[in-house]
Amino acid sequence: MELLINGARHTVDADPTMPLLWAVRDLLGLHGTKFGCGIGACGACTVHLGGEAVRSCITTLEETSGKEITTIEGLGKAGDHPVQKAWKDANVPQCGYCQPGQIMQAAALLKQTPKPTDQQIADAMAGNICRCGTYQRIKAAIKSAAEAA
Amino acid sequence: MMEKIANLSRRRVLQGTLAGGLVLGLRVGGIPAAFAAEKPTAPAFEPNVYVSIAPSGEITLIVHRSEMGTGVKTSLAMILADELEADWKAVKIVQAQGDKKYGDQNTDGSRSIRQFFMPLRQAGAAARQMLTTAAAQRWKVSPATCRSEAGFVTHAEGNRRLGYGALVAAAARLPIPAPDTLKLKAEAEWRYIGKSFPVVDLDDMVHGKAVYGIDMVVPGMKHASIEHPPVYGATLKSVDSTAARAVPGVLQVIEIPAAAPPSGFKPLGGIAVIATNTWAAMQGRQQLKLDWDLGPNADYDTTAYRKALEQSASRPGKVARTGGDVDGALNGAAKRISADYFVPHLGHAMMEPLSATAHFKHDAVEVWTATQNPQQARTTVAEVMGLPESAVTINITLLGGGFGRKSKPDYVAEAAFLSKAVGAPVKVTWSREDDLRNDYYHAICAQHLEGGLDAQGKTVAWLHRTAFPSISSTFKPNVTYGAAGELGQGVTDMPYDIANVRCENGAAEAHVRIGWYRSVYNIPHGFALGSFVDELAAAAGRDPVDYILDLLGPPRHIDLKAMGVDYPNYGASMDEYPVDTGRFAAVVREVAKQSGWGTPLPARQARGIAVHRSFLSYVAVVAQVAIQPDGSVSVARIDMAVDPGRIINPDRVTAQFEGAAVMGISNTLYSELSFKNGQVEQTNFADYLVARIDSVPETHVYIMPSDAPPGGVGEPGVPPTSAAICNAIFKATGTRIRALPIDPSLLKQA
Repeated sequence: MELLINGARHTVDADPTMPLLWAVRDLLGLHGTKFGCGIGACGACTVHLGGEAVRSCITTLEETSGKEITTIEGLGKAGDHPVQKAWKDANVPQCGYCQPGQIMQAAALLKQTPKPTDQQIADAMAGNICRCGTYQRIKAAIKSAAEAA
Repeated sequence: MMEKIANLSRRRVLQGTLAGGLVLGLRVGGIPAAFAAEKPTAPAFEPNVYVSIAPSGEITLIVHRSEMGTGVKTSLAMILADELEADWKAVKIVQAQGDKKYGDQNTDGSRSIRQFFMPLRQAGAAARQMLTTAAAQRWKVSPATCRSEAGFVTHAEGNRRLGYGALVAAAARLPIPAPDTLKLKAEAEWRYIGKSFPVVDLDDMVHGKAVYGIDMVVPGMKHASIEHPPVYGATLKSVDSTAARAVPGVLQVIEIPAAAPPSGFKPLGGIAVIATNTWAAMQGRQQLKLDWDLGPNADYDTTAYRKALEQSASRPGKVARTGGDVDGALNGAAKRISADYFVPHLGHAMMEPLSATAHFKHDAVEVWTATQNPQQARTTVAEVMGLPESAVTINITLLGGGFGRKSKPDYVAEAAFLSKAVGAPVKVTWSREDDLRNDYYHAICAQHLEGGLDAQGKTVAWLHRTAFPSISSTFKPNVTYGAAGELGQGVTDMPYDIANVRCENGAAEAHVRIGWYRSVYNIPHGFALGSFVDELAAAAGRDPVDYILDLLGPPRHIDLKAMGVDYPNYGASMDEYPVDTGRFAAVVREVAKQSGWGTPLPARQARGIAVHRSFLSYVAVVAQVAIQPDGSVSVARIDMAVDPGRIINPDRVTAQFEGAAVMGISNTLYSELSFKNGQVEQTNFADYLVARIDSVPETHVYIMPSDAPPGGVGEPGVPPTSAAICNAIFKATGTRIRALPIDPSLLKQA
């Protein structure tokens, strides 16, 4: 299988039905994308596929065919996307584990809806669980990233 | 009394346990001396196990507690850096391995700062003092005329200045000062303690570079997925792994022996599928054909068990606290009320599923894992492997959440066992389903309370009965009653000034592994205590804030010992950490003031209050709720006034309470694990519900300024949240919620 990830082409020897999550983590060593549930219910594994946020744990390799994949490692050229910067300014993370998924989801939201309302933020981010409970800082960071853009 | 550590620079010897912490009234601590000081090629200055300064001037601070999101890796290092007079921007912070030389490493019970604030100050101060003395000797001046500042020692008169690195060799030859000779910095001189700093891993976290247990890679590593027994205590009758072995990528299928209940920290046993990657291991596992003997817990059914617990709580139980004549006072009361409360099993469901990587070779095993309790991990691995602890190395990664689950190292021992069986490094990764099905569950709990009021509405009688499976049952057979520490979480430490009080504990047997989960028995007990006080206020026709303040009475320390209560006080002394009604009242007043208590709200919206002391900290919560016509509850706002004593990093303290409010909302509105036929009915986040961004309010946290000894921060915000929400619901609708999670059908508008 050929994958286009973060601007680079990778060839992996894998079953086409393998979820993208496990290919990026175990076969390509990109560990920023996290495993949380395996059924698309928590958002920890969120990546961009053709610019849209998807759950990599339920996206098979064959479904990525020909599409550009962006993981947290490839977000923003210098690794300092406005969302990442806003996350740092608001001191969002506690344990940090879900945050790559939250950041990828938020970046996709802002790309589509540069000035989201509170309701749009809640709707877009409701698929991403944070058990530490950083939600109010996530909201604040998304708003500040939207203002900065 | 005062023991000394001799710094025999070339070979340091620990002459005794330096009990600096004890001397200063802390239960644990002290500054263990480094034992591996003799490093011919690296003559760093290591006056204790927490500080190392290289001749280059590079300062390494060793953090021995685990980082699971509380910010402790940052705050402990801040304490060291402050007393050491190190430049925060220049220090290197290293996570310690699991080793008793660091003192207690079990990052649990909200006690890292409590236990190590003073020992780490001493560790930093000892190093600073030795560096200052070394400089003074070189300059032939009195140390009193020198001062340390941000990595340098200066002598103002002589206009001289030396970096710490240049003083390393000389300082290493000096005796380590005894704790009573240390001159700790005055509070006014603190650079870092009490100021907000971003966590040291922040940049890595937002760039996906932070390394958690699940991210470990060891060359040649295989991946394991384990099918555990479906019921606690089930054993395997037969295994057919033919189809599993045929899955591409699957290498081996290995049986892990089961530890019979009570299994403690040992693995539950099961069948491990070993593969070239995690997904292949999981796919192979689905093809296993297993036949289990489900064992003695196969009938466990939480619907039936709840009834049994409620019966247990309805009858007189083992008395844990008694004062006055409760029965007489209840019988003679002008008004008498009773209420029954229920909280189900809960799961930790930290976002990072359990994972450990182990490499067994040459009769030793090295482990990399996200653990809250590395020393226990070392002990358990050694026991399971039949190795001395010295042959087990535990490396600690960041933890993707813990909440108590990652202090139980069953999963760590699985990795060690499998690495030996496979003959290669093995990474074990639990799925979310594994996590929910094989947790150390938060105890299910039923409670019965009765109260009596006199003609003036004053509460004169208080009866509290609680029944729950004890955590001790996970470690010992035939446990049917709760431990003193479990009853001391919101039952026996009831703070109100009531003349007649009796607290009882009903019998309950466990049928699953029971474990501690963020704030532990304070969850059900804080819910009942906080709710019942509100019920008493309503019975008296009084405002809850006024009624709570009246019930607390004048500021005083409650002498539970004099009442005959076996009260462990979270392992702290009652002298240093009394139950102080003045601090209760102060947080109640503050949260009432900040939350707009008493100002009008629209129909079916209201505020509720609850206050609770746990982990030696005081927290009052006001929840503002809105009830929709269909009965669904939205929490519109949470205000929390918190008094955890002295704090280190205010922003991280605020964050812990914000997060505790969210976990409190999960516990109140969403989460429940139920069992049928001995098995957990929920499977994943699709049916084990937790708070999401669309269901949480803005939380306002007010930290009471305090120089009291540090209490806990991670857990104490959880317990009062449930009662505050349910008390608000009562105010808004007139309906009492006494069972969690809330059933919205009870609140549907007629």
